[in-house]
Amino acid sequence: MGLFDQLKQGLRKTTQLLNTDIRDLFKAEGRLVDDAVLEELFESLVKTDMGVQAARQIVDDVGAQFRARVVSMDELIGVIRAKLKELLAQPADPIRFAASGPTVIMVAGVNGCGKTTSIAKLTKMFRDRGLRVVLGAADTFRAAAVEQLGIWASRLDAQLVKGQPGSDPASVAHRTVAKALDDGFDVAIVDTAGRLQTQQGLMQQLAKIHRVLGKQVDGAPHEVLLVLDATTGQNGISQAKHFTDAVQCTGIVLAKLDGTAKGGVVVAIRQQVGLPVKYVGVGEQADDLALFEPDSFVDALFA
Amino acid sequence: MFESLQKSLNSAIRTLRGRGKLTEANMRDGLGLVEQALLEADVSLPVVKDFVTRVADQAVGGKVLKSLDPGQQLIGIVYQELQRLMGPVDHSLHLRADGPSVLMLCGLQGSGKTTTCGKLGRLLHERGRKPMLVAADLQRPAAIHQLQVLGEQLGLPVFADLDAQDPVALCQAAVREAKSGVADVVVLDTAGRLHVDDELMQQLGRIDRRVQPEQVYLVVDAMTGQDAVLSAKAFNEALELDGVIMTKLDGDARGGAALSVKHVTGVPVKFVGTGEHLDALEEFHPDRMASRILGMGDVVSLVEQAQRKFDQDEMAAQEERLRKGEFTLDDFKKLLGQTSKLGPMNKVMSMIPGMGQLSDMMGDVDAEKDMKRLRGIVDSMTPDERRNPSRIIDPSRRRRIAEGAGVQPHEVNELVKQFDGIADIMKKMSSMGMRDRMKAMQEMTQGGMLGPGGRIAKQKKGTGKRLTPQERAKQKKLRDREARQRKREKKQQKRQR
Ligand SMILES: Nc1nc2c(ncn2[C@@H]2O[C@H](COP(=O)(O)OP(=O)(O)OP(=O)(O)O)[C@@H](O)[C@H]2O)c(=O)[nH]1
Ligand SMILES: Nc1nc2c(ncn2[C@@H]2O[C@H](COP(=O)(O)OP(=O)(O)O)[C@@H](O)[C@H]2O)c(=O)[nH]1
Ligand SMILES: [Mg+2]
Ligand SMILES: [Mg+2]
Repeated sequence: MGLFDQLKQGLRKTTQLLNTDIRDLFKAEGRLVDDAVLEELFESLVKTDMGVQAARQIVDDVGAQFRARVVSMDELIGVIRAKLKELLAQPADPIRFAASGPTVIMVAGVNGCGKTTSIAKLTKMFRDRGLRVVLGAADTFRAAAVEQLGIWASRLDAQLVKGQPGSDPASVAHRTVAKALDDGFDVAIVDTAGRLQTQQGLMQQLAKIHRVLGKQVDGAPHEVLLVLDATTGQNGISQAKHFTDAVQCTGIVLAKLDGTAKGGVVVAIRQQVGLPVKYVGVGEQADDLALFEPDSFVDALFA
Repeated sequence: MFESLQKSLNSAIRTLRGRGKLTEANMRDGLGLVEQALLEADVSLPVVKDFVTRVADQAVGGKVLKSLDPGQQLIGIVYQELQRLMGPVDHSLHLRADGPSVLMLCGLQGSGKTTTCGKLGRLLHERGRKPMLVAADLQRPAAIHQLQVLGEQLGLPVFADLDAQDPVALCQAAVREAKSGVADVVVLDTAGRLHVDDELMQQLGRIDRRVQPEQVYLVVDAMTGQDAVLSAKAFNEALELDGVIMTKLDGDARGGAALSVKHVTGVPVKFVGTGEHLDALEEFHPDRMASRILGMGDVVSLVEQAQRKFDQDEMAAQEERLRKGEFTLDDFKKLLGQTSKLGPMNKVMSMIPGMGQLSDMMGDVDAEKDMKRLRGIVDSMTPDERRNPSRIIDPSRRRRIAEGAGVQPHEVNELVKQFDGIADIMKKMSSMGMRDRMKAMQEMTQGGMLGPGGRIAKQKKGTGKRLTPQERAKQKKLRDREARQRKREKKQQKRQR
């Protein structure tokens, strides 16, 4: 099954939900667009976690265009789709590689959002292209975090750099990149401990890792990926803001999109923080990663 | 956004003031704001709808308490209803007296099951139990090792089998082992799974049937969004949950999912996780959670207290005098007396209509001690002195008062100055509508009228420009209108009695 198919399958439930909701609004050929219709529309958008503000904006647009007219479902969905595409517009945005030398990628996010698994998925993707990968186990805090990444490293034939439990994560990150430089690895990915964006000490620790990487290699880290759990609600906005403030995130990996959660908060994040989504996670296995394409994402929602 | 909920509610339903009763029509905007606030706190939409309907049902027909803004009152109702729906509390683990009890944890991937397993083990051990942790997550790489590390940290046995394939058999084996006497409570750490994964959900059902746990808890991440209703419902249908544990409340997530999950499952939230360390587990309190969801700290509970404790008639009478601009040291003392019943002065100030800003300005002065002292000073004054302090009190009177109250003479002086400052504000505000009161407050804050200790000093100059004749005429009109309104209200009250 191709990546796009996987993504589509992951989004199937969402699509069904959105479509049934909106189809219900239009039993026959069309319906008069009034407050009630707009309110129902608002509700089905809010259910995607895109937030009150984004949903209201879309509904206002639709209202401005169609209020007091009788319209078909296709017309209405066309407008919503266009609006969402406009909101999420971005060129496909895969990992940007360093011009020369190792590409350094740093991965961050709140506790349990899917960082380590996403790293495994990226590693699989690079390995499939024949690239050599070294992983840095800079989560020195959580029990067995190193072992978890170690298992993925051996499954995917990547190198692992680790430190003592409780040791300085920045030094693990440093040794990871040193290893990449010394042994000519193509990609170095640094795993970090989960942390809540409100924990200032831990956010400073993250910034330190970022600084250390920057000193080692020109332009590093080349990517700072924020992993976001697709079941996250409005707190995702706060996460995107604070992590970006601390370590200048370059993009989002939207994990756990294989459930019924819609990950709509990325719409609000795009509006408010400007952070693009690069990849989506659609399962627990190393294969379960797809490139995020806004058009396909929106089309899959309404297909 | 949430800090301002109270303010926007106030302005949305300001027109309500003086109309006496809450109706669906005059609350519509206010309810809309409540709905929005709940959605932004991640309460699931169907739950929000249901909730707002309940609140409307409750609030309609209720009289607007004189001592509160309609907005505050509505928040009070919202707060109480939130609390009620998230209760009643049941922190008991319902352990058996005979034989080992089994607690089972389940939930989505990454919600915090393994950590919570460790936390519960620690809690049980503290209570004199002999817990055993069971590593039944055979899915996630190094999950078994993770639980073993936690067990080691806690000095608790961990039942694990690195070669195990079937979590159902593993759990059964663990319970058998416990029965041999090694433990009296067994905590099962199951693998995270999606509620739409039928196969894995059935597996959970099998564990449930085979080991018949005393309690099954769903572990829910506080950051969960709208999807909370769907996942909680599915877990509840597969397992018949007995409780919920909400994790990661140490961050800034509003945790609206707590209400959603309680709503769809009907089972109590038992504990909350407030950190990664194993001692970060607390009992769940609906009142704290309600404040958190509303994002309003203690304000809501103050509203509640105010509704209970404030002497309504006394307040009404005082407000009346306040509006007329008659404000004496006796009133000042009464105000202090009433407010000290309620708690910290600066918080209480926010309860007085239109005075919220003043409380912000006061910061966190040790107001309680201050108030006792101030009351003592007023008590040592003669009635004449109380009515007209700045004119009558000369140095010899000042010494006498100071001696009587056990303070220094300059403190008497300070009180008189403070009082003059407040009386001044009161007089100014007596002629203003609500919006202007707020504005005046803002101007005063910006003008730095308050001393560094947060004390109110009499203003030397006017708040800015003098009133033009038109403005004065406008204010008189406003005053007259308010007077008429009060008369109408009084009549209405009489009729009701
Ligand atoms: N269904 C599904 N599960 C996922 C996905 N990504 C990660 N997970 C699961 O979510 C759980 C947490 O993932 P981790 O990768 O350990 O998350 P983390 O952010 O590294 O967690 P901490 O290091 O503990 O903060 C694991 O059980 C993963 O298998 C996904 O895309 N879909
Ligand atoms: N900040 C915070 N982190 C938590 C809390 N509970 C669990 N975690 C973290 O969340 C992540 C996932 O927890 P884990 O117990 O492995 O989740 P599981 O996949 O459900 O077993 C880990 O990084 C934990 O340290 C909590 O209450 N607060
Ligand atoms: Mg990890
Ligand atoms: Mg676990």
